[in-house]
Amino acid sequence: MPQPFVRITGVAAPLLEDHIDTDLIFPARYLLLMERNGLGDYLFRDRRRKATGEQIEDFILNRPPYTTAKILLAGDNFGCGSSREQAVWALSDFGIRCVVAPSFGEIFHANCARSGLLAVQLPAEAVRRLAEDCAGHEVTVDLPEQVIQVGASVVPFQIKPGIKEALLNGWDEIDVLLAKHAAGIETFEQRQRQVQPWLYE
Amino acid sequence: MSMGRTLYQKLWDSHVVSEQSDGSTILYVDRHILQEVSTHQSFEMMRAANRKARRPGTNLAVPDHGVPTDDRSGPIRDPLAAAQVARLAENASHFGLPYIDLKDERQGIVHVVGPEQGFTIPGITLVCGDSHTSTHGAFGALAFGIGASECATVLATQCLVQHRARTMEVRVEGVLRDGVCAKDVALALISRIGIGGAVGYAIEYRGRVIEEMSMAARMTLCNMSIEAGARVGLIAPDETTFAYVRGRPYAPSGATFDRAVGYWKTLSTDPDAAFDKSLTIDASEIAPYVTWGTSPQDACPIGGRIPDPGAAPDAETGARWKRAIDYMGLMPGAPLEGVAIDRVFIGSCTNGRIEDLRSAARVAAGRKVADTVRAMVVPGSTLVKKQAEAEGLDRIFLNAGFEWRESGCSMCVAMNADRLAPGERCASTSNRNFEGRQGRGGRTHLMSPAMAAAAAIAGHLVDVRKLEI
Repeated sequence: MPQPFVRITGVAAPLLEDHIDTDLIFPARYLLLMERNGLGDYLFRDRRRKATGEQIEDFILNRPPYTTAKILLAGDNFGCGSSREQAVWALSDFGIRCVVAPSFGEIFHANCARSGLLAVQLPAEAVRRLAEDCAGHEVTVDLPEQVIQVGASVVPFQIKPGIKEALLNGWDEIDVLLAKHAAGIETFEQRQRQVQPWLYE
Repeated sequence: MSMGRTLYQKLWDSHVVSEQSDGSTILYVDRHILQEVSTHQSFEMMRAANRKARRPGTNLAVPDHGVPTDDRSGPIRDPLAAAQVARLAENASHFGLPYIDLKDERQGIVHVVGPEQGFTIPGITLVCGDSHTSTHGAFGALAFGIGASECATVLATQCLVQHRARTMEVRVEGVLRDGVCAKDVALALISRIGIGGAVGYAIEYRGRVIEEMSMAARMTLCNMSIEAGARVGLIAPDETTFAYVRGRPYAPSGATFDRAVGYWKTLSTDPDAAFDKSLTIDASEIAPYVTWGTSPQDACPIGGRIPDPGAAPDAETGARWKRAIDYMGLMPGAPLEGVAIDRVFIGSCTNGRIEDLRSAARVAAGRKVADTVRAMVVPGSTLVKKQAEAEGLDRIFLNAGFEWRESGCSMCVAMNADRLAPGERCASTSNRNFEGRQGRGGRTHLMSPAMAAAAAIAGHLVDVRKLEI
């Protein structure tokens, strides 16, 4: 069951590069790990640590107060590339509950909603302004109200109602599908069996 | 007047279980391929809720990502990879899913195995926890990559909650010049529209060049769609498709096959259908492409030069180019041709099929890999490997000094021992040149199999057309 997302307040870390791919977020060599907890250690591993394991001090998530960031402000096409959901789990395990970017890799975006991470899409200019405004201030992301607040500034955002509802309630997608669509799925299969019987042999 | 439908719309419409008030659709999923890396948590979710697979026979599980490609006579030596493969086998058995073992000749990269086994056929929806699932769109199947949570959803419900994509037509007209292939078309397209250029779109490839392509070439092209941001890349099924599918183990046979072909022939874009976006590529203008940076869009013809960040269209692009050029250890303004390489990787779900190996072998025949280069050929499946051996391609590669290995994802994803050391430079037929993709600090240049083979021989990036073949 994903953790419900209602309202969070915390530090927002700006990482405004475009096209941050999931290999960078979670390098492939750690995909061999099967335990989902603890993946935050490998988040942005090659940006956060040298090959020797030593911390790279100037990387944003290694610098206080961003070591406790709950929000990540990112560039265009964040999470492009591989479908690995470990990228979302690593962000969550690190403590990040919300990513704000002008656009997202589609599979990453789909994974976020299902793992309780809020992905907020805002124009590049708005993300840049947030990055400026949040210096030294905590940021509040309010999902019911669909706003991001920093000090006196309030930025509204759009979200698909289905995704909002699922995040607010921490719904399990399978439960919802089986509860609401079991009969519809049966009907579909009966119909498809007539048109493409070879899919049922 | 009713408007015609695109291929994408037809595939979509034929799989709608229900349309929701918020604009999302419950989409039926016909087939699901599973590999070891993206599904262990999916099965955990299934077990935790005590769920069953709705239609076990519509799934196919194959280990490919972390498997060794050297000696496979004994157990897998890497304990983590061994545990992950064992877990997939155990989960497949527990949930009753068809499973292809590492020692089975049908084993290979999921996107090679699916088509090879006839598991991939036109007209279906097919998903896999891997972004290169777009490959299967080459058959006129609506195929796309999903995450681990969605894999569980498919297992339990045979459905996904999806939003309909916009459609983009990519016409490739004219004739490809000698030495130019599907990989070059893909890199030319991505360098033109960018890696975010098709986010939100399903691409349909059309035009004379596409019609004349083999299934292998079509798969290469559709495979790379995700590198332009499109989850879906499609090609309408035709006689080439039907001839490929006929007789394969999972494909319909006999009278059912003929009936299926009748249905599959309806799967093309209607003449009066409209795309949300269209672009045309003149094939005769495409040269062999090579990437110079850390994104598949950082590509140019082999005769080109490394760009100058100072001449970038804007400051952000300039900064990104600079970072990429620094990471790649290159000089702005220098020619691409002549850049010395250390490694060559021929394989992957993009270019690990028999046609790809033949194309590389034609270049390697009678030549030697440069002393400074370590080159490996990793077939996309064990069946591809056997076919290559039957044709004598293994001897050509081995005599030239290439390593001839077992099938798997290998150095495309670098989860096993096949990876670059920091600073090593690789001519690679894979699909991603992201920082660290082939090993931390590794430097990847993407190109076609013939170009990679030529680079192995020359010891540096080179235009394959300059070698006498």
